[in-house]
Amino acid sequence: MSLYFTEEHEWILVEGDIATVGITDHAQEQLGDVVFVEVPDEGKQFDKGDEAAVVESVKAASDVYSPVSGDVIEGNEALADDPSLVNSDPEGEGWFFKLTLSDTSELEDLMSASDYKTYLKTL
Amino acid sequence: MSMNNMGRPTNIDGVANDRTSASTVTGNKALMLKEALIFESGSPDRCGVDIAPAPETESRLGGLVRDADIGLPGLSEPETVRHYTRLSRQNYGIDLGFFPLGSCTMKHNPRLNEKMARLPGFADIHPMQPVHTVQGALGVINELAVWLIKLTGMHGVAMTPKAGAHGELCGILCIKAALEARGEDRKIILVPESAHGTNPASAAFAGFTVEDIPANADGRVDLAALKARLGPDVAGVMITNPNTCGLFERDMKAISDAVHEAGGYVYCDGANFNAIVGRVRPGDLGIDAMHINLHKTFSTPHGGGGPGSGPVVLSEALSPFGPLPFTERYEDGHITLVEEETCGERHPHSIGRMTAFHGQMGMFTRALTYMLSHGADGLRQVAEDAVLNANYVLRSMEDLLDAPFASAGPCMHEALFSDKDFAEGFSTLDLAKGLIDEGFHPMTVYFPLVVHGAMLVEPTETESKAAIDEFIMAFRSVVERAKAGDEALHGAPYHAPLRRLDETLAARKPVLAWSEPDVTAEAAE
Amino acid sequence: MRYLPLTETDRQDMLRTIGALDVDALFADVPEAARLDGPIRDLPMHASEMAVERHMQKLAAQNSVAGQMPFFLGAGAYRHHVPASVDHIIQRGEFLTAYTPYQPEIAQGTLQMLFEFQTQVARLFGCDVANASMYDGSTACWEAIVMARRITKRGKALLSSGLHPHYASVCQTMARFTQDDLRSGPPILEAATDYDALVAAIDGDTSCVVVQYPDILGRIDDMSRVVEAAHAQKALVIAVVTEPVALGAIKSPGEMGADIVVGEGQSLGVGLQFGGPYVGLFACQKKYLRQMPGRLCGETVDANGERGFVLTLSTREQHIRREKATSNICTNSGLCALAFSIHMTLLGEKGLRELAQLNHALAVKAADALSAIDGVTLLNRSFFNEFAIRLGRDARPIVRELADQGILGGVSLARLFPDEHQLDDTMLVAVTETTSEEDITALVDALGAIMAQETGA
Repeated sequence: MSLYFTEEHEWILVEGDIATVGITDHAQEQLGDVVFVEVPDEGKQFDKGDEAAVVESVKAASDVYSPVSGDVIEGNEALADDPSLVNSDPEGEGWFFKLTLSDTSELEDLMSASDYKTYLKTL
Repeated sequence: MSMNNMGRPTNIDGVANDRTSASTVTGNKALMLKEALIFESGSPDRCGVDIAPAPETESRLGGLVRDADIGLPGLSEPETVRHYTRLSRQNYGIDLGFFPLGSCTMKHNPRLNEKMARLPGFADIHPMQPVHTVQGALGVINELAVWLIKLTGMHGVAMTPKAGAHGELCGILCIKAALEARGEDRKIILVPESAHGTNPASAAFAGFTVEDIPANADGRVDLAALKARLGPDVAGVMITNPNTCGLFERDMKAISDAVHEAGGYVYCDGANFNAIVGRVRPGDLGIDAMHINLHKTFSTPHGGGGPGSGPVVLSEALSPFGPLPFTERYEDGHITLVEEETCGERHPHSIGRMTAFHGQMGMFTRALTYMLSHGADGLRQVAEDAVLNANYVLRSMEDLLDAPFASAGPCMHEALFSDKDFAEGFSTLDLAKGLIDEGFHPMTVYFPLVVHGAMLVEPTETESKAAIDEFIMAFRSVVERAKAGDEALHGAPYHAPLRRLDETLAARKPVLAWSEPDVTAEAAE
Repeated sequence: MRYLPLTETDRQDMLRTIGALDVDALFADVPEAARLDGPIRDLPMHASEMAVERHMQKLAAQNSVAGQMPFFLGAGAYRHHVPASVDHIIQRGEFLTAYTPYQPEIAQGTLQMLFEFQTQVARLFGCDVANASMYDGSTACWEAIVMARRITKRGKALLSSGLHPHYASVCQTMARFTQDDLRSGPPILEAATDYDALVAAIDGDTSCVVVQYPDILGRIDDMSRVVEAAHAQKALVIAVVTEPVALGAIKSPGEMGADIVVGEGQSLGVGLQFGGPYVGLFACQKKYLRQMPGRLCGETVDANGERGFVLTLSTREQHIRREKATSNICTNSGLCALAFSIHMTLLGEKGLRELAQLNHALAVKAADALSAIDGVTLLNRSFFNEFAIRLGRDARPIVRELADQGILGGVSLARLFPDEHQLDDTMLVAVTETTSEEDITALVDALGAIMAQETGA
């Protein structure tokens, strides 16, 4: 089980060939109160960098890009009823979607937790 | 003597001077009265209109009679008048006070305009009446078109767009049609980051791909960067001039020349035309299309969010593509309406119809009335006073509040400030709400996006010096509180009909229509 | 000049504060070649109220006023009586001179009104939610087609031949540039609608079917079978209502399963105004809420827990989403929405139903009287307050002849469909509560005389 981060403030938790994707605590703080999240349906196929989800706060709407390629096996249905999970528990209950990785080598381009922390300081 | 001691007291002895103990059982505050929704106060069997009984006839409704209740409450006339009068008093309007909403141009709305628009000869005529029965109405459209063409130095004008954004769409479609006619398929529209949101939205709605062009340090389009991006894939640019930072694009002519040389067209967002009307003609700057918000520059009322009107002036290159219908005046003074029936031979390249009828006639009569009132001389004075007032605000504030582009020279009709020097934790929103308590409508906030915590102040020409001085005094006071970190500012407004509203709740759990309270749930509590 | 408060002394004082020599210095950024040295030539100078009024009145006097003669025009704009209190209320400065309610603490008047308007429209149309208005019915119609494309991710829309040709034309203008595939055609002159043909044309590529109700010829039909066929192919049904008063008498499109219902609200509160400003109505079922264009007002609470209203779900809109917005609309038709809402409040359920009954009954009388004229046949089996009559020859000169006799008798289909000569002999006649029985008699007599003369009878 390993955790990765992107410069676009997504986190990816990899267990076997399953990756869970969400946005980071830093991202939810920047967005403010999240009011709506659109997650992808099961079966959708993404190439790395494809638009995968939409997250809206009162004043902003942002696209979430798939940090890795793969097939979606689940979107987080709970976010439809309670988008505030993204604020209260961004790196846990507030996950966005899970996919099966189609190219594990893509993980090599991502950041570790400590790299991400360092990266945040440069912003 | 006979003594009458039943009169009312006339002094204020014994009246408590404590302002906080003034709670009331109704929730009303003297002249500020609470008002229920019509769904709570009205009922389906109450009616404020007397309708003659229908003559006995057989129904021909195709068997689709509406049986179920619709759920529409009614009120009698006195209740209706009171309902809306009470609601109206919870609104700020130009009639009430200073409304310096940058880029929106909240100038006085002359009442002569309203009176003229209500003449039965304009208000009570049908859009499909035979053309010879509406020569005066077509005359208004034609006369307004002539004014717009002369004021802008352009070749033609499309009168039908319903508002600014609709005008943008019209101009962009004309550009697309012109490219099509040349057999070119250019996909890119360049838009500066400081543009109104409607610009990229309009370009995208018309099927173009939008790319940003950067600004330079003094808040204007970076000409070198723009030139570098031009090429055979670029359909055109959309530029606001004066721009949303309140500055005149000095290089406008050079931008136009460069775009034309690269085979593209120049769209100008004319939202800020009020700053230059009578002093500069966009046609002299190489513009191909520009919409004019009649509800900004030409004083038609904003009405709490419309109706607007957005005629688009067009260059010679784009005029053949303008939408239907439009008017044409013959030498004998007779005016015809060019529509589908007659366009074939006379206007073969038109993009077609953008709206069902002829545009915002009610706004045309108002705008024409305004133009005739001011005349060519008065409109020039309008621009001068608007610019003078904005510069006066800019120079009266810049010692206290960060004004990012103030050192670059004068502003046009609006002055831009940032929240740079506010105390930690204090935002532009706090300042705006503080101004509400001082009795002013806040300026435009958080726009343009290129400045942090932007505050865009547009006084317009219809404010007196005394009104502006009072605003400056209040603005300075609230800025000082934001800089000093006055905690009370976070709670503002205190004196408005409502305190700050929870927009997060509204968006997370949208309630967009009234529904009957769930009686069973209440009984269970 | 009466609208400019600054005196010459004020201007000089202010220039001193600014540190500018004169006002020209403030326009220094304008390139010299583009500066105008004085008022634009060939335009008149400023004028007094009286002079302007005289000029405008002269233009107004050149128009034939609907209220001053027998009047039977409809085709998407209807003449109804607007109660006096409507115009009084919309002229209150707090409504007239307010802006879009971006500062909700000082705009509760507009916001509460919009919330009431949205509820009224949703109920009238039989939908869950409605927005705070669009420009007009025709532009709302196109926005609905675009919304259906977003939802279904398909680009083919079937437009009923009963859709107002100007609405179809607005959609065609847009579709030409967006590459949407619109199928449309002229109506067939028969009593039945084209619903059977629409049902047959729906396939797996269809994003939506657009039907007008009542349609351009006034016909009323149950759209349930169109809805059923569309839903079977996962396509949406968009219903277009150009005469909202009809919904006081006939079933709402929502009751028959329409997914999106749009309309023209001009009939209530707004008046004819030669075609604008009008007010677009836009409603849909709740599941499509996030794909709706335009502004939405929603309920919330303030810091003291009191109920209040705000503009909400604005991330769909252009000022936040920019090129990804659901629509580019910004300013809509706020004041016309207010007029609509006031008129609807004055009517209430009882008034709207009575008004609809009266419109229908007078229309039935007119239809019977007109079709009794030799050579005139009534096309419709069903209608609300507008119907089509066939005259056996080009209707255009007859409309003109009637106008010359002081009767605005109807709209010729030839004006609406100039390329479809098979429709030339047909005229639309609309009858509302403003039509008197004398008006009907006047039209019947005049048309009868024209018909008799032309046939040589």
